[in-house]
Amino acid sequence: MMNRPISPHLQIYKPQLTSVLSITHRATGVFLSLGIPLFVYWVWSLEQGPEAYATARAFIGSVFGRALLFFWSFAFFYHLCNGIRHLFWDIGKGFELPDVYRSGWLVVGVSAGITLLTWVAAYMLRAST
Amino acid sequence: MVLKTPLSRVLGLGAAKEGASHWWWQRMTALALVPLSVWFVISVLLLVGSDFENAIGWLRSPMQAALFILFTTVVFWHTVQGLQVIVEDYFHTEWLKIAVLIAIKMFIVLVTVVVILLILRIFLGV
Repeated sequence: MMNRPISPHLQIYKPQLTSVLSITHRATGVFLSLGIPLFVYWVWSLEQGPEAYATARAFIGSVFGRALLFFWSFAFFYHLCNGIRHLFWDIGKGFELPDVYRSGWLVVGVSAGITLLTWVAAYMLRAST
Repeated sequence: MVLKTPLSRVLGLGAAKEGASHWWWQRMTALALVPLSVWFVISVLLLVGSDFENAIGWLRSPMQAALFILFTTVVFWHTVQGLQVIVEDYFHTEWLKIAVLIAIKMFIVLVTVVVILLILRIFLGV
């Protein structure tokens, strides 16, 4: 193999909704998997008892914890919505270019909307207890 | 219905060495995770602001404990399958690729067993 040019040149390649959403699906997947240690720690604290659970809650409820949770919640809903988009492609639906763009923007809007709604619900539930 | 050509049956399961099994189970876990994710988000939301006793009470219900174990197993399985595809795409050194894949799989199997045992202990109250 010679040093032939490799395509596509991502540095000069104009980002499109389709390619950005595609790599975001992978990125959110990897990002979500980084949450596994915290998830396991949370379940472990529940098993340990009230004190350990209070410590875990204090960390998760801190500004840092909440920021992490916010990004994880968006990644979760994005990956879920775009995953459903992928499942439709897998059964051969929505492959026309206008459909791909429409479903793409729908995924962006719905995942952002559900994230916001979830946080509003969380703060309302917290206030009511 | 068999979609394989006679030749492919003779040659085995293709470059992936496992045919379409990885692809298929990635889709099946994804499909199962749609309702399981809705359940998980609602459950976590209901735990916001609730104390330890309420959280424990939630996992003492057989249905909730079962769904928790199911969600954990399927979501970790799906994680392995997704990470595997990414590692296979971006790691170009063969031994490093295999080492990373083995490490990921062992880690996921470990945390799956740990979470199942923790949930069972909470559920059984031991």
